[in-house]
Amino acid sequence: MNRRSFLHQTAATAAAALAAGPALHAAPAAEAKASGIIDCNISIGHWPFRYYRGQESSEILTQCRLLREKGLTRGWAGSIEGIFYRDVTQANDILHERCTEYGREHGGARLLLPAFTINPTLPSWENDFSQCVSVALTTERVIRLHPNYHGYTLDDPLFLKLLEAATEAGFLVQVVVQMEDERTQHPLMQVKPVNLKPLPAILKKVPNARVMVLNANRAMSMTALQDCPVWLDFAMLEGVAGIEALLKDWPLEKLVFGSHAPLFYWESAKLKLQESELSEKQLAAITHDNAARCLQS
Amino acid sequence: MRIWDLHCHLSGVPGLTPEERMSQLLRYADRMGIERLCVYMGMKWSQDPAADDLVKQNDEVLRAISKHPDRTFGFVYVSPKHVDTSLAELERCVAKGPMVGVKLWVAERCNVPEIDPIIQRAAELKAVIFQHTWYKTMGNYAGESTPAEFAELAKRFPNVPLICGHSGGTWEIGIPTIRDCPNVSVDLAGSDPTAGMTEMAVRELGTNRVIYGSDSGGRSFASQLAKVHGANITDESKQAIFCDNLRNMMLPILTAKGIKA
Repeated sequence: MNRRSFLHQTAATAAAALAAGPALHAAPAAEAKASGIIDCNISIGHWPFRYYRGQESSEILTQCRLLREKGLTRGWAGSIEGIFYRDVTQANDILHERCTEYGREHGGARLLLPAFTINPTLPSWENDFSQCVSVALTTERVIRLHPNYHGYTLDDPLFLKLLEAATEAGFLVQVVVQMEDERTQHPLMQVKPVNLKPLPAILKKVPNARVMVLNANRAMSMTALQDCPVWLDFAMLEGVAGIEALLKDWPLEKLVFGSHAPLFYWESAKLKLQESELSEKQLAAITHDNAARCLQS
Repeated sequence: MRIWDLHCHLSGVPGLTPEERMSQLLRYADRMGIERLCVYMGMKWSQDPAADDLVKQNDEVLRAISKHPDRTFGFVYVSPKHVDTSLAELERCVAKGPMVGVKLWVAERCNVPEIDPIIQRAAELKAVIFQHTWYKTMGNYAGESTPAEFAELAKRFPNVPLICGHSGGTWEIGIPTIRDCPNVSVDLAGSDPTAGMTEMAVRELGTNRVIYGSDSGGRSFASQLAKVHGANITDESKQAIFCDNLRNMMLPILTAKGIKA
């Protein structure tokens, strides 16, 4: 079986399981055995304000096995420590080690792809970035940015410089809009969502950049990202049949599966696929093909 | 599993009429295996509705549920700012009408004494009583109740079952705030599907005081169902939260109205 036919088969399996939907009183889709999901938005590490199953090193492998059983074939993992540490390279080293550890456990099956953190406000961010270049596979290069936690905006020249460097080195750049609803944030750490409005203009300056926006809600994507060539996940997309509604205004090829697990219940993202009426082609694109393609492009 | 949704609205749902929106909401609910929906408030909301607006919004809910009496339950929208109208609406919509519950939102804080006659009459009718609550880090609306204020109300009516909406939003504070009010259950609806929420509610309150709701159409059914489907609790607990706890709370009024459930 070649790779393309494998992708089609796994996506079709996912589509069949999800498109069928439950009859009344049916078993929950969360237990359905779909396969072929690339989750572009998971995290590893300790969130300072809440315990999550899977945050301890000893728990990660167990959590990964559980997610595999639920249909995950690949997770792009960011570092929670990367949000808070000033020594970003140390956070990235920990992330890389954890992702590699899971690979060793599974005979090289690389379930977790590290999405390295870069904070361009730090004095040695270029060195941090060089470290990422040295360890990332040339075909799978992802960095994850947290402008709001790191104190810069998307129209800051530092962001432009980082975007140029990342694009030159072949990295996909993930921009995380928010980690948590402002209303429930700890009072000692109130962080507003990233303002996405400068992004279209910045991307015109770096036309080859590949940017993926994580944790945007519908209002953010509709007001700031119309006709902006970025990929989008739906971890924080709300509203009934949200994906179905989003696809009336958003290109299918630019939408990817993102769960924001383990901070969110992983089932939230998976069940959203069931709540919307999606064709097999749409399901395959969202759950797998778009993410695979944006890494390769 | 049987799933009843405690917390649905007509707002945020496609459709030009209450009937169209209800049909659409049920179409999505069917995809998710949800059997029954509790619905409250009309197509256009006001945080501080005038008395005639309460009536108008309740009319819309009556229209919405009329075509689906086997799938939908209506809750009457009332306000302690309009006690006379609220009591009249309780008579019209619950005592003499098909509705089975009461919704209180953000016009006035729920610890004010003006609310007492509304709670008293709702309790006499065995209506399910739902009060929105939040703890917002950046501050609540002027009339928006906190779980602490809700606990004050609950202690004035210790024999009346009450539901603390949204578990207080910031649930790590909301849940323990009402822990010592055994007549209070929490609603899981209307916040992000943050992992750990349901486990904490079950740990602190016991399974029987936790109720699934979505806050659809503004929220996704999926994200809210995930709080139960994805929780590290037993299947028995999930069934209780998804349906049994709410059903048990509703059975007295459903039986009185001759509604099979």
